[in-house]
Amino acid sequence: MTAIQESGSYELGAQRTGTLAASWRFMRRWPVIPGVILVVLVVCAVFAPLLTTHNHEWGDLRAINTPPAWLEGGTMKYWLGTDDLGRDILTRIIFGARISLQIAAIVLVFGAVGGAVIGLVAGYFAGQVDELLMRLVDLSLAIPFILVALAVLIVFGQSLEVIIVLLIMFSWGGFARQVRAETLSLRTLDYIALAKVAGAGPLLILSKHILPGVINTIIVIATLQVGGLILTESILSYLGVGIPPPTPAWGVMVADGRDYLDTAWWIALFPGLAIFLTVLAFNFLGDWFRDRFDPRLRQLSN
Amino acid sequence: MRKFIVRRSIYMVVVVFAATALVFGLSRATGDPRDVLLDEYTTLEQYEAWGEKLGLNKPLVVQYGIWVGNAARGDFGQSLGHRTNSLDVILTRIPATLQLTAGSFVFAFIVGVPLGVLSAVRRGSALDYGGRSFALFGQALPPFWLGIMLILIFAVRLGWLPPFGRGGIEHYVLPSVTLGWLAASGFLRLMRSAMLEVLDSEFVKFARAKGVNAQRIIWKHALRNAMLAPLTYAGLLLAGLITGAVVTETVFAWPGVGRLAVQSVYANDFPVMTGVVMMSTVVYVVLNFIVDIAYAYLDPRIRFY
Repeated sequence: MTAIQESGSYELGAQRTGTLAASWRFMRRWPVIPGVILVVLVVCAVFAPLLTTHNHEWGDLRAINTPPAWLEGGTMKYWLGTDDLGRDILTRIIFGARISLQIAAIVLVFGAVGGAVIGLVAGYFAGQVDELLMRLVDLSLAIPFILVALAVLIVFGQSLEVIIVLLIMFSWGGFARQVRAETLSLRTLDYIALAKVAGAGPLLILSKHILPGVINTIIVIATLQVGGLILTESILSYLGVGIPPPTPAWGVMVADGRDYLDTAWWIALFPGLAIFLTVLAFNFLGDWFRDRFDPRLRQLSN
Repeated sequence: MRKFIVRRSIYMVVVVFAATALVFGLSRATGDPRDVLLDEYTTLEQYEAWGEKLGLNKPLVVQYGIWVGNAARGDFGQSLGHRTNSLDVILTRIPATLQLTAGSFVFAFIVGVPLGVLSAVRRGSALDYGGRSFALFGQALPPFWLGIMLILIFAVRLGWLPPFGRGGIEHYVLPSVTLGWLAASGFLRLMRSAMLEVLDSEFVKFARAKGVNAQRIIWKHALRNAMLAPLTYAGLLLAGLITGAVVTETVFAWPGVGRLAVQSVYANDFPVMTGVVMMSTVVYVVLNFIVDIAYAYLDPRIRFY
């Protein structure tokens, strides 16, 4: 017993002392850096109008392509410089956080609820219902998403609503598949049989007795999906078929900077960095959540 | 095994048909094709005649049947922008996409596999840490931004490589790296975990005990056994690369199918888009099929269902 304790504390790095080692241990145990990034992001998204002094859709045409403040020609008025229409890049990045998070949140709510309901129904009723629904999931994952999205966008035109619906189509399958698998194993347990004997209907059993058992999985999958959703949205926006301008979507901002690389590289650099850090933080957090709450899902992202 | 192949084949056909239904549904959602083809000086008789010619007066199911029949023969209709059959438009773009895909695949393989092996061999070292960071970054980097930053550094600042277009070998470097980055990080992760597993196995320990040269154990005995996972993954990756080509080709103005797809969105050229979606769906599904079969064949432990 003592031997185990000793080796356990050894692995935790108890030999090292001091605040540096302690903070290192803390950072290894908790997702500090991703957490900080995400807190900043959420604060930006919620308080965007209060944090910024510039307009995010209209610029000052006398100040186009102003470099960031620390470079020659830059001013403290525009910390990260301005774009080709004289709009403050930092302001647009802050408002862009709002758009990205809004879209991800809406998509995840619908994707998770829809996917979970389908997964619960398929798993609980099993048999032919299950077969049909799961083949539908396979189908939704078997068609190249970006190209279908482009085809849909030709037909319906680009708008926020179309993007959201497309991303929901992209999202629900993962939830359905995993929730179904867990429901299949839960439904055979004794307490479910007992509930049935007591006269509970399928609706009651699914909502009161099975849903609590799969809610962890739903949360973990949602966290794992955020990064991919933000990335996919930014790709569509970059291609010019996503969120219509002048809304400051990060992908659109990078595309704006594409033509000014030799004179104003900051237009493309900073919004892309924002996407990168956001997706990285969410992926990190998703992995951490998974390991902590639902280690069985490990195979999902490997 | 045979039952498995038959099942997968049927499923493959179903997916392709589902895609045709989807695309046909979308094509009808665009409205009456006559609205695009004809102008306001058309008489009612001419309008009806065109309806007759295009089969628009038939029931929707029959129209769908005709459409599928034409699509099966490679006729997706006249491209609105190019004024020729959309299949011909697509076919001229395919070589560029295939070359780019091959280039990125080579990059992914050359970078991902050795780094993955070394990460596993020197587990916990700075190299392993770097390798895993690369894999983590690879998943989070927006591909278009990566491409633009590569252009900024290597074309605009250093002037070593051309920023866009297709041409000599130097034109392939930046697009291949951009498209292959994600795949390289995928290879790295898979290679690392497969190697860790193999290095821990009995036969490697035995070879070590026998006194076989350490490098020989790693690169010959272990690598050969660890290659299975990434090799089967390769097919899936290839399918992913085809989709990823849309972004990379747009960034680098690469005259391939992906760029054509995006351009046809701008030009409202639905027949071309139809062809691209159908062809890429078929490629995607067939590659997945081959991967599944190869996987089942190479690794008998997987369940056939």
